[in-house]
Amino acid sequence: MKSLKAEGHSLSDPRIQLDILNQHNERLKTTPKFEEKISEIGLYPLQPNEIEIFQINVGYMCNMTCKHCHVDAGPDRQEIMTKETLKQCLAALDDPRIKTVDLTGGAPEMNPHFRWFVEEVRRKGKKVIVRSNLTILTTNKFGDLPDFFAKHKVEVTCSLPFYSKRRTDQQRGEGTYDKSVSALKILNDLGYGTDPELQLNLVNNPVGAFLPGSQETLEEQFKKELHRSHGIHFNNLFTITNLPISRFLNFLLMSGNLEDYMDKLVQAFNPAAASGVMCRNTISVSWDGYLYDCDFNQMLEIKTHEKAGQHVSEFDLDKLNQRDIKTDQHCYGCTAGAGSSCGGATT
Amino acid sequence: MSKDYYNSDDLKKFPNVTEFQEELGEKFFKYYGAVFEEGALTKREKSLIALAVAHTVQCPYCIDAYSSESLETGASEEQMMEAVHVATAIRGGASLVHGVQMMNKVKDLSM
Ligand code: SF4
Ligand code: SF4
Repeated sequence: MKSLKAEGHSLSDPRIQLDILNQHNERLKTTPKFEEKISEIGLYPLQPNEIEIFQINVGYMCNMTCKHCHVDAGPDRQEIMTKETLKQCLAALDDPRIKTVDLTGGAPEMNPHFRWFVEEVRRKGKKVIVRSNLTILTTNKFGDLPDFFAKHKVEVTCSLPFYSKRRTDQQRGEGTYDKSVSALKILNDLGYGTDPELQLNLVNNPVGAFLPGSQETLEEQFKKELHRSHGIHFNNLFTITNLPISRFLNFLLMSGNLEDYMDKLVQAFNPAAASGVMCRNTISVSWDGYLYDCDFNQMLEIKTHEKAGQHVSEFDLDKLNQRDIKTDQHCYGCTAGAGSSCGGATT
Repeated sequence: MSKDYYNSDDLKKFPNVTEFQEELGEKFFKYYGAVFEEGALTKREKSLIALAVAHTVQCPYCIDAYSSESLETGASEEQMMEAVHVATAIRGGASLVHGVQMMNKVKDLSM
């Protein structure tokens, strides 16, 4: 499967995506605006509590092309963060208020400077989370990464859409489940999931146009099923909601589910989830060093507020902590039900 | 008049049944909500039971609603189809077990 970008698909243009969400047809035009919704509960304009997580998207290249990918990542994407930009990120990390560095992609491991960068960040005493798709850890080139992760006490947060083969392969491609299981076993053998210093988390997102169920009960189920069938252990399960952008938006449009899905998100709007959205404690940096309120805004090319600085080379945490966060209709995905952030449900 | 007996948009109008009889409608929804709360059975188990019953009463609205609900509560496709088979087995079995009554009657009437 090719990325939307490589196909020259109209949805690879973020302006078209936002246009669809706002005014594709009568039903979407009359969907209440997210801004109004958060105004009603006194949260507009949305502002950070205090940024402590620095999320870096080190490139859109990936060994997979999952159907729901909000990054539109894939083997055909060439955008990769250079060593120079990574050095600018390191400089920004001198601020002691930033506690955690969250590395994402694409497959973050595919950035050629990945290992060097992890070592540098660890040297600064920050916690490092890597968002791994698991399958990459079963390839020859990256097979030694689990040892590297364990050595540097990197927290591994990996995607596994479901505990069964059928649904996992449906979303991420044939063979994904078996490879994911092997990678999890390798991580378990190194102590991941049992040694308190080696955190192993799974991320579950619905394989289709529905919302994730309760994080707590799904975690119980995942733990029971993965242990029963494969002897696998892990620490936490994070449930995340699919945001209606990029390839998932394409799926919603093609399957005729878009309007119902938006209705579902709006109906499930939860004020408590709205106050806990991840853009309030996270800043996102793109492969070319620009700053965004979150990884979703990054994909929609909605940069941080002009007054807060828009590039990592001019990183100023005080200004960023005082900025207004930019929101649009896709934000309903973060505020539905129990809420959704990189760390899972928020309420 | 509507040309179709079933219209999927009507599911959203379900709460409107209180328009014609408010008190009983509200009592029903209160009860309904309480039934599906997590209790001695989990929400997932209740969804699967509802899905099976929906097939027995052949309600397309309930089939839609509890297919989504089962997915959201983390049921697998196998579990969902097994629930439908349980309903089917009981439906079929319920007819077949009356065959004993038929046999009894035939035997009573026969020489
Ligand atoms: S969802 Fe993750 S693994 Fe899948 S294509 Fe996107 S970045 Fe790659
Ligand atoms: S999509 Fe981004 S900006 Fe919008 S609420 Fe979610 S985290 Fe915040």
